[in-house]
Amino acid sequence: MTTSQQPLLSTAGIAKSYGPVIALTSVDLSVAPGEIHALLGANGAGKSTLVKILASVFDADVGSVTINGAAVNLKGPGEATEAGIATVFQDPALIPDLSLDQNLTISGLRHSDVVPWLERMQLADLDFGLLVRDIPLASLRLVDLARALAHDPQLLMLDEITAALTPEQADRVFDVMREWKSMNRSVLFISHRLGEVLRICDVATILRNGRDVAHLDLSGIDEAELVTAMLGEELARGSKAGSPDAAPSRQTLSDKDRGVVLAAKDLHFRGRINGVSFELRRGEILGVTALEGQGQNELFALLSGDHRPTSGEIEINGERLSAYSPYKAIRKGLVLVPGSRHDALLPQRSIRENLATPLYNRIGRWFSLVADESERVDGAVARLNIDTRAASQVRRLSGGNQQKVTIGRWLVSDFEVLLCFDPTRGIDIQTKAQIYELLKELARDGAAVLMYSSELREIPLVCDRVLVMYDGSIVHEQSAATATEEILLTAAHGLESAPA
Amino acid sequence: MNEISSTAPPEEATDEPLSIKLSIARQLSDRPQIVLIAVLVALIVVTAIIEPNYLSLAGLRNSAFFAVPIGVLAAGQTILMLTAGIDLSIAMIATASAYIAANQSPNGAAIAIILGLLFGIVAGTANGIGVGIFRVNPLIMTLATSGILLGLFTGWATTIFAGSTRMHDFIITLGRGTFLDGNVPWSVVVWIGVSIFVLLLLRRTGYGRNLYALGDNPIAARLSGTRAWQVLVVAYAISGLLGAVAGLLMGGRIGAADLQLAGFLLLPSVAAAVIGGTSIFGGVGTYTGTILGALILGVLQSLLTFLGAGQAVQQVLYGTIVVGLSWMYSRLAAAS
Repeated sequence: MTTSQQPLLSTAGIAKSYGPVIALTSVDLSVAPGEIHALLGANGAGKSTLVKILASVFDADVGSVTINGAAVNLKGPGEATEAGIATVFQDPALIPDLSLDQNLTISGLRHSDVVPWLERMQLADLDFGLLVRDIPLASLRLVDLARALAHDPQLLMLDEITAALTPEQADRVFDVMREWKSMNRSVLFISHRLGEVLRICDVATILRNGRDVAHLDLSGIDEAELVTAMLGEELARGSKAGSPDAAPSRQTLSDKDRGVVLAAKDLHFRGRINGVSFELRRGEILGVTALEGQGQNELFALLSGDHRPTSGEIEINGERLSAYSPYKAIRKGLVLVPGSRHDALLPQRSIRENLATPLYNRIGRWFSLVADESERVDGAVARLNIDTRAASQVRRLSGGNQQKVTIGRWLVSDFEVLLCFDPTRGIDIQTKAQIYELLKELARDGAAVLMYSSELREIPLVCDRVLVMYDGSIVHEQSAATATEEILLTAAHGLESAPA
Repeated sequence: MNEISSTAPPEEATDEPLSIKLSIARQLSDRPQIVLIAVLVALIVVTAIIEPNYLSLAGLRNSAFFAVPIGVLAAGQTILMLTAGIDLSIAMIATASAYIAANQSPNGAAIAIILGLLFGIVAGTANGIGVGIFRVNPLIMTLATSGILLGLFTGWATTIFAGSTRMHDFIITLGRGTFLDGNVPWSVVVWIGVSIFVLLLLRRTGYGRNLYALGDNPIAARLSGTRAWQVLVVAYAISGLLGAVAGLLMGGRIGAADLQLAGFLLLPSVAAAVIGGTSIFGGVGTYTGTILGALILGVLQSLLTFLGAGQAVQQVLYGTIVVGLSWMYSRLAAAS
């Protein structure tokens, strides 16, 4: 859908970093009037950051935004709305402890502005006196949409609005999108569901690692072609050839040493996890991958004792985990490297204290310091090659060194199963390689590792076997050595993999 | 893969030589003691200039008498502030413990001291159960405890505790007695004992590690297996115990129990910890700093007395110090 028209909105060279983490490197995007434009990309590609910059929630570090041919410098979401941009963000933008009415008042809208749209969404009977926290997520998403529509925007941005909706509700959203198109207005649509993207969208911009890597006309493209485009040609070829480092032989453990150490049996959790079962053996690195929000966060929270499963069991060395708390899980040898370093580090304490903290979690260890604390800490620092020049407060360390500290704390105490949630997210390539090597070493020494990764390329580099989750279930399992990115990405979208 | 390396996050400034400004900020936020000692010495000099007699053992002893109960109470505040908590009931616990000790003084010093201290532990444990198990905000919990105790003891002062309000001689000796020709107060010895206990607790025990961890990042502490409620119940109990110790020393110094005994020490006890660099947001602070903070307040009190400033001016000054230093330390932490 190439048009000679002036674009409704265009960007040039948008870049954004959060401290040392680069979210967007350079993005050019152009949305024509009367166009439903898909914004696609893997987790962390920068989609949501771009949306927030366009909605003027964040300022870009570099780059320009042009609306209807005029360069704009929007200051805050209010000005974006005035400029004709309305957004439904990935998370509901409503205050949970206020009623719907009060929320609408805060955003400067009247009842009569949103009611017609809610009727269109078949939510006319929604009680506006209800607290937002008591309203189901799907309804809130539609309220968010009604709120955006009430501003009568030229450009409607929808960030994963359909993820929480039923197919019928999603259809109503699509109807509105088509209506917007018919009025020669535009929609920027983000979704991981490629089927609906192809059904509803005209063109797509694909982001990878914070750059726009492809601009596609979606007419006549099928899902497989879209997946290939998302991977990029070079990478698709690379993933087919497999990595030279793939499938390191790890036969140093004899068969009898490779017993099952962790078993999940039909785990369920509040509709977010629906019957997950798997076994993890000593010396094995089991990968888990999924698109965002497919239950992987909850699975790791269950395994680390942070949540109690609605039903199902977790067994460690054949013993049932009966009480659920991180303390119990840790005592059984099930330890977590959380996805966010903010959840793992004591930012104002030293490397030493960060590393040694788990040694003291039981009361029996409260009365003194462990005699060999120094040796243990020094051992972990040396093994992980942690840069100790800013050792007095770990908040001053680089992201890579911080991540080493979060892993290192489990080298200082003992564990059986290491649960790693996206351990290499946002860190430099050299540290990534060190972490891969460490995980393999730990497995060689007899530990079991369960690693979630949002970066598909990592899976064959590190893992022996891989599970793919979709919608709270494991939909695919295979040897990691033969796991190409196409296979994984296809499975992660809940699609049947094409026969090889 | 080169995609990634081109977008690899840059290493933080730790790899480059630090700017002078940054390294000074780091030094100050990591080791505020150096500045505190300088401030303490400067205050002593200023006081000595205004009142030359101050630089005698007698003069310094007066500062010590004032600093000791603050230092002991501030030990409790330090421990709790490390967990991002606070004890607004500590001065009332001190007063109440003094009442119990005075009431029991006819039964002997040992009984009086043990029951006084026991009361502190019980009241502190109640705070700890509220904060640690029922997740009541520490400000609210300890403020409520303080109110309850004040009410109870106001009523009991004329009933249950209508008997003895005079402290046992041994407690009076601890409170205002001296040795080495009247130069060293016994209360300083008690404070030294408390200091050794608290310094070891914070620096040389697993419990101390849990305290700092919990205050710095409760989520990370939980994921490391720290059970917050256990740590908190013990922390508040220790704070209650320290309150009782301070109460006995204060009661001993006055010679009798009194409902106004320790209330005016609440703000200075928070001030001493804040001056010493303990963050009210948890995770940062040392008792060494707090000791210096208490000494600074002790000298300051002498200075104000020489200048003829009353209780009211002192309280205004303590409040100002708390606000000003909290702001300064948070600026320092952010800059480093």
